Amino acid sequence: MADIPQQLSSRHLLGIKDLSLKDIELIFETADTFKEVLNRPIKKVPSLRDITIANIFFENSTRTKLSFELAQKRLSADVVNFAASSSSVSKGETLIDTVNNILAMKVDMVVMRHPYAGAGVFLSKHIKVPIINAGDGAHEHPTQALLDAFSIREKFGEVAGKKVVIVGDILHSRVALSNILCLQKLGAEVMVCGPTTLIPKFISTLGVQVETNLIKALNWCDVANMLRIQLERQDIKYFPSIREYGMMYGLNKKILDSLNKEIVVMHPGPINRGVEITSDVADSKQSIILNQVENGVAVRMAVLYLLAARK
Amino acid sequence: MQNLTLLGGEKFQITLQRLCHQLIENHNDFSESVILGIQPRGIGLSKRIAKQLQIILPNYKINHGVLDITFYRDDFRRGDYPLIPSATEIDFIVEGKRVILIDDVLWTGRTIRAAMDALQAFGRPEKVELLVLVDRRYSRQFPIEADYIGIKVDSISSQKVVVGWQETDGEDKVILVSENK
Repeated sequence: MADIPQQLSSRHLLGIKDLSLKDIELIFETADTFKEVLNRPIKKVPSLRDITIANIFFENSTRTKLSFELAQKRLSADVVNFAASSSSVSKGETLIDTVNNILAMKVDMVVMRHPYAGAGVFLSKHIKVPIINAGDGAHEHPTQALLDAFSIREKFGEVAGKKVVIVGDILHSRVALSNILCLQKLGAEVMVCGPTTLIPKFISTLGVQVETNLIKALNWCDVANMLRIQLERQDIKYFPSIREYGMMYGLNKKILDSLNKEIVVMHPGPINRGVEITSDVADSKQSIILNQVENGVAVRMAVLYLLAARK
Repeated sequence: MQNLTLLGGEKFQITLQRLCHQLIENHNDFSESVILGIQPRGIGLSKRIAKQLQIILPNYKINHGVLDITFYRDDFRRGDYPLIPSATEIDFIVEGKRVILIDDVLWTGRTIRAAMDALQAFGRPEKVELLVLVDRRYSRQFPIEADYIGIKVDSISSQKVVVGWQETDGEDKVILVSENK
């Protein structure tokens, strides 16, 4: 406990890239206590009662938005929600103007999802309040990576030394990049697996292994994180058909049972059942998908608490 | 720096014994009572009290838990660093029970106020009592008093009262620390 620093090194959470190992450990230790809070009869603490948080989503989200909002409400923060589709953004307002108008109403913190990479970093240079990146394009999704690593830590006791394979649409996935950075900082070995068209060209410079054969990748790993095919981001055809992708890179019970060890299966959601993962795998004992969702609230509470508490 | 030992040696053990017997006087077999140490400084005392009660009452179960009050404190964002929480471990039902809160030093009363708030998250206790090893008198900022007191100390606010435990600090003792000018 003694060597854990008493505050995060950054005012914002824009990406895993900016976090140190000690920051991640501090977030995890804090999340442990919030996980206990979430299992109480009354799942709410008054810490952030004088804080107002704006959730600004320029892109659709169900899980992340709900998870952030629940985390904020469990901490007693006041919450305002903003969805770009029903706002003045469609009337031509710029990002800085939109956010400054929200801040003029005395908001203390911003959680933002945006379709363009770097939107959070850009905003952080122009506004004063802490910003949490809830996903920026295909760049980073730091809280997802933190909750994924937290779930691995919960399952195995530690992340260091574990072998994690990330399977699927690595090219369009912000979850993949944040996960790679976070797992590596925690000392895990990372491999990416998918059709060559969906693996970025120079990904191996990040120090990850690349494998195109799913069975080989699964036999190597302790944990498989199955990503969704992000059709909404794909401008051209990257593989012949969804059916063929499912046959080549989908995880089913038969493959899972044929492996030489029992691996843990993860998925950041939303699941396309029958494509990247079949129902019997998603609902199997080896899957920790719903634990990830549960841990998401605790990890986001920790991030909100630590950033709000920072001077 | 000047240290004055307020309580130590045999007298320390006698004081603990007295507190245990006072508890038994009011709580009989502890079937409807639970002990909660307040994180982090109250844990040493609550563990010791629970252990000694178990020795005196070997045939009864003493429910002992620890309560973290970080999220209920009233000084959030007022210090230089975030308040870092500790663990809460309460694996029994608090609803309808008589709760004995335990802390090492009662000073301003703010910790106890936060602890009573934190306790509400676990249910509605029948009664809440407070046991402290040291009561620093005339320094309260809230209308809070203890039901069981080890020793009473008169001190000025620049002084510190530090409780040491054999398990963690090598010796059972209460010392008054004064800064020399």
